[in-house]
Amino acid sequence: MTSLVVLIISSALLLGITLWKRKSPAMLREIPAFTRLYRTLGLSVEDGTRLHVSLGSGSLLDTSGGSALAGLAMLRIIAERTSDSDKPVVASAGNPPLGLLMQDTLQAGYQAAGADELYIPTMGRVTGLTPFGYAAGAMHISKNEDVSANILVGHFSSEVALLAEASDRENVIMIGASDNLTGQAVLFASTQDALIGEELFAAGAYLNADDSHTASLTVQDILRWLVIVALLVGAFAKFAGII
Amino acid sequence: MRVLTAVIAIAAGSLILGGYFLPALADVQTLLLNWAIILAGVAVLVGISNLISVHTDKISRREKGSAYSALLVIGLVATLSFGMILRPHHSTMKIVMNGIIIPAEASLMGVLTISLLYAAIRLLRRRADLMGIIFLSTAALLLFGSATMPLGDIPLIGTLLRPWVTQILALGGARGILIGVALGTLTTGLRVLFGADRPYGGN
Repeated sequence: MTSLVVLIISSALLLGITLWKRKSPAMLREIPAFTRLYRTLGLSVEDGTRLHVSLGSGSLLDTSGGSALAGLAMLRIIAERTSDSDKPVVASAGNPPLGLLMQDTLQAGYQAAGADELYIPTMGRVTGLTPFGYAAGAMHISKNEDVSANILVGHFSSEVALLAEASDRENVIMIGASDNLTGQAVLFASTQDALIGEELFAAGAYLNADDSHTASLTVQDILRWLVIVALLVGAFAKFAGII
Repeated sequence: MRVLTAVIAIAAGSLILGGYFLPALADVQTLLLNWAIILAGVAVLVGISNLISVHTDKISRREKGSAYSALLVIGLVATLSFGMILRPHHSTMKIVMNGIIIPAEASLMGVLTISLLYAAIRLLRRRADLMGIIFLSTAALLLFGSATMPLGDIPLIGTLLRPWVTQILALGGARGILIGVALGTLTTGLRVLFGADRPYGGN
């Protein structure tokens, strides 16, 4: 019952805030990783280098599906933004269904930018079927394909350290985000800019994708405040012996 | 076509979600999830064909590292063929699994240990700020607190500080991060369900 109420409230808030026409642009706090990402997108187009977007080995059929969908949304934005580059984005995934959606998203991004010819099916790759196999396959992309930045968004665990180390060795910029706590700790230790927690889901809003991305950030903030109030009320009620 | 794919995706998502709340939709939910599992199985074959096409492309262009690509394609085709002929439970297939695949993954895990140690050493060069210092000193504290010492636990660290950090601070922080991730997952899922995000190819 509680989950149904949360779902209905979230849906109503998301729809309402998306359709509500803001008079002023949304104010977003500065996240260094997104500032760097924004700069990296422009630089890769100017330099004629490639970006590697890595979506991790999350499955769409379990709890890691959310981060996989967030990664796909980011891939779509990056494909559109870099469509005037000489070298198209290369994307990798460690889960076959995610790999299929990744190819579809790349194609849709280029179509939206009016650059259908840039889509090459082999630019979206499934590099391995286990987390380590995937990391071993993806490590070589930054080395062999003139990549200037590795953007990792999705479900990564400790194997992400191998990708970070490969980026470091090739002097390639790395921006990483994972929904997994181990992955986040490893990314924090091994990259300059790691996205922690829900920052993974904020990419669309920071890259000015559309109103629904900004609205989803507002909904997350409202829900977070509700969780905080519920925790405080629960703690007080327990302390007072009410529950 | 794009409208049709969006309608199918939104309807399937809504029915599966509805199945969690309405018992009448539970059968439809199970049916759709079974279809999804079958499709995921087919996607593995598509993923393998993608892997083969990427690497055969590299071999034909004689790109850097194409020898590794050749090794990968030969290994993949050989394992697949033997697996289909001999069946996965055959002793030869077990030798391939236990003698090649598991040791290769284990060696990657060994490399990972060195990579993590190297990352920890370089952490303060990369992040010479308060958070970097806290991260590194917490890791050191937990390592000292967990290590088996000749004279038993280190007083205060092993008995008081480590349990307090792991069970109060780290657990609280982890729950906070996971709540944030859950809220992000919820809104991302809803955006897909409303058709605002279409990772299935629609514009």
